[in-house]
Order: sequence, then C-alpha cells, then structure tokens
Amino acid sequence: MITRNNIERIAYPLIGVVLVLALWQLVCVAWKMPESVLPTPMNVALAIGKYWPALVTEGWVTMKATLYGFALALLLGIPIAVAVSMSRWVNLMFYPPLVALQSVPKVALAPILLVWLGTGIESKLAIAWLVAFFPIVVDTAAGLQSTPRDLLELGRSLKATRWQVFSMVQFPAALPYVFTGAKVAVTLAVIGAVIGEFVGSSDGLGFLLLSATSQINTSLAFAALFALSVLGTIAYLLVVVAERALSGWLPPPLPKH
Amino acid sequence: MPFGSVQGARKIFLAKERGGGAHEDLVALDDASFDFEAGEFVSLLGPSGCGKTTLLRMVAGLMPRSGGSIMVNGKDVDGPYGDYGFVFQAPSLMPWRTVLQNVLFPMDVLKRNDAAARNRAHELLALVGLADFASSRPHQLSGGMQQRVALCRALIHAPKLLLMDEPFGALDELTRLEMNDLLLNIRKETGASVLFVTHSISEAVYLADKVLVFSRRPARIVEQLTVNLAYPRSQAVRFTPEFTLAKRLASEALGIVAPTAAGGAH
Repeated sequence: MITRNNIERIAYPLIGVVLVLALWQLVCVAWKMPESVLPTPMNVALAIGKYWPALVTEGWVTMKATLYGFALALLLGIPIAVAVSMSRWVNLMFYPPLVALQSVPKVALAPILLVWLGTGIESKLAIAWLVAFFPIVVDTAAGLQSTPRDLLELGRSLKATRWQVFSMVQFPAALPYVFTGAKVAVTLAVIGAVIGEFVGSSDGLGFLLLSATSQINTSLAFAALFALSVLGTIAYLLVVVAERALSGWLPPPLPKH
Repeated sequence: MPFGSVQGARKIFLAKERGGGAHEDLVALDDASFDFEAGEFVSLLGPSGCGKTTLLRMVAGLMPRSGGSIMVNGKDVDGPYGDYGFVFQAPSLMPWRTVLQNVLFPMDVLKRNDAAARNRAHELLALVGLADFASSRPHQLSGGMQQRVALCRALIHAPKLLLMDEPFGALDELTRLEMNDLLLNIRKETGASVLFVTHSISEAVYLADKVLVFSRRPARIVEQLTVNLAYPRSQAVRFTPEFTLAKRLASEALGIVAPTAAGGAH
C-alpha cells in the first residue's frame, strides 16, 4: 500500500544516497583524483558491470563460508549456552575460560587455523565460526538467565520438572536474545570469512579485493567492497526474515526495564 | 479442623543470605497465626514491605519458613504442592502463547491439557468477559484484561485455594473496582478459599470475610477483623455505615487513625 509514510521511507534514503554519491563525484573532479587512488562512483559502477560474473562467483564463495560458519556457530553455541546456564558446575568450569577466550583477537588466530586447515573453505568457515560463536553463546546464556521470576515461580508452584521449565518457559523466553546474538553474529561471520580469504585463499571476495589492489585496479576493489556490503546485508536480512517468520510465536520486544 | 491453619509462622532472613554487606538478620515476619475455612476470603492488609507477601509465599510452599507450622487441607506445607492458584502483582503472561494457551499452561505442566481442560478454559474466559479474546496475544490486551487472563490461569486446574499477591495494585481505580466484583463472583462460582494480599484498606474490607491487619516490620498480625457484610456485595456497600466502621477499625489497627469509642465497640 502506498502511503505518505511509505513514500517518505523510500524517498528520503534515496535522496541521501544520491547526495553522498554527488559529493563523492565532486571530490574526485575538484581534486582531480587519479582513478587508482579514488575512482569516481561512475568508475565503480562500470567496474561492477564489467566484473559482474566474477563478483557473483567470488561472492558466492564468501557467502558459503559465512553461512556455514554462522550455522555451525548456532549449532554449537546454543547447546553450550544451555549447558552453561543450566549447570552450575559447567558454568564455573567453562564460562570464565570461554569469556577469556573471547578477548583473544580472532584475527590473530587466522594464520594458525590456516596452517591447520589449509587454504580451502574449511579455514574460512572456521574463522567465520569462531567470530560468530561468542555473541550467540553470550546472548543466549544471558537470555536463559533472565527469565521473569514470576514465570519460574509459576512453574515451581505447579511442581514442573526442570525439563518442563526449560522447554516451556526459559527457552521460549530467551529466543529474542538468541536472535539479538544471531544478528550480531552473522555480520561478524562475514568479517571472519573475509579475514580468512585475506590470510590465504585463491577465491572469494576477500581474495578478489586483494588481487585488485595489487594490480592497482582500485575501481575493482571498490566494486568488491560494494559486493561485500550487499552480501553482508543479505546475510543479515536472512536472520531478520527468520525472526519475522517466528514472530507469531516470539514475544514482541519486551518493555525496557 | 479448619481448611488452612498458620501457627506461629516466622521468617528470618539471615545476614549471610541477604548479601549486599548486610550484618543483621532481618525478621520479616514474627509469629503469625490464623486459620481460614474452606471457601473463606481472607485479606492480608498492611504497609508495603511488611511481610504479607512473604507469608503468602510460605503458604504456597515457595519459600521455606524459619519457624511455626502451616497446614493446608490437612497437609503440612513443606514445598510447592500444586493444589492452589497463584496470581502475581504483574499478569506475567507468556507473550509467545495465545490467551487460551496461557490459561492452559498449568494443564500442560500437569499433562492434563485435554478437551475437558479446553472447555473449562473457555468457560473461565467467558466468566471474566474475555470469551472473544481466546486467540489474542497478551500484548493486544489492556492491563486489566491481562490480569483477568492470569486469574483464569490460576483457576484452570480447579484449585481449592487462590493465593493473590496485590493482583490489582497496578490497575486504575475503576478497573480495580470492576475486578473486585469479578473476583467475588469467581469465588462464588468456584467455592475456593482466597488469601488476598493488599495495601488498600477499602479493597481489603470490600472483598473479605476476614481482614488480617499487619504491623510494620518486624511484621505481626495486630488485628483480625471479621467483616459483617452479607454477600453478594455490590459497590453500594461502600456507602453503608457498616463498611465505614470496618474501614475505621482497620485504620485504627494500622495506627493511622487514633482509636475511638466507636472503635472499641466491636
């Protein structure tokens, strides 16, 4: 339905983009920037058109590493968060080292992972997984530990088993937190995949970007950057779509406390 | 034998349990004793933070007591026992369940969510005027409507006892009056005993057969008032001399009105 509000929501961002592009073009022309330093928006658009097949092929490689790494992070992160929140022992033994591990710059692990896993998709996937894993664990655990007290008491008053309390109360109540973590994680997974490609790879958008700059084809590098941001947006939207699909079941955003 | 009996119930929060650098034990409730009969409506009236809620949670078996005895329906209370409905201050509904599913939550836990349970859920929703909202989501309802759903949830497993912790405290005055009449009607329909925590004097009197008046901390029951007003009650009762007298006696027991000759005449 076309309403005044919808038009505003589409028109204003478009005007914003056009203004930024115009400014960019102006800077290039006014300072007579060489294309190898800062290509004009038109140069970049032409590069996107020229290298379109390569951008799609390499983008798909990066997308696969991103999504596989992200899926693996979900698959492992959620059970670990559950274990950490449900068992005091597991929490005491593993949560502090987990949090300590989080402070390790994951980029620094990339060369090591490359040694272990080679230059194929495995090492990209591993790095994407590693950076996406922590927000999922931390947010899911936070969600499981912030179940409204009344609901826990209600379960207790009915002599609910631990499993009933978990499956009927704690986990559904934590789902909005899981999605918060997932949204952060999926954008980090893109970064992880690109880092993997930077460190050692023969394909992917990260590789394309590196080889473009080494050939001083700055327009192509910008085109690769553009493709990366499109890829990141698509990955993020996939999570948002999943969240929407569950929104009949998910709580609406909780009131801020 | 009374349906429920609380004898010398005490609750002391030890300094080490309280945390936050507390050095002294806190006596939250000191030597509370009262009985209640099957179907009786008892209001627990007192200032905020005076241990009424503590007593209610001890009767529910949700909190261990530090001393005394609590018997409900012939059994000693030493943990949650399921045969009561609990209504909290906030509706505390599950946003991912529909209204009907929220009402049926206890039946899911008790593994008795069958056709009979669903029928009863619809009956209860009709009783509180929410028949048309069974498939709505909690956030689509107003605060008063949500609390009515919580009331249905507390009643779905046909408990003999209803424990209510300032359930209407967050509602506006008019909604609250409406909820009071609704609750009296439900009590009549179900025959459940009710323990009702409140800090509203007129609400305590309007609803109850008996009002227990609590002092400030360490809380003690300073007065047990019998309200001599026949049921069914209607809002007009609030303007009778008997109602005013009962409110006056409760106010005197709370220490907010000086005792008078009239106060001594009960």
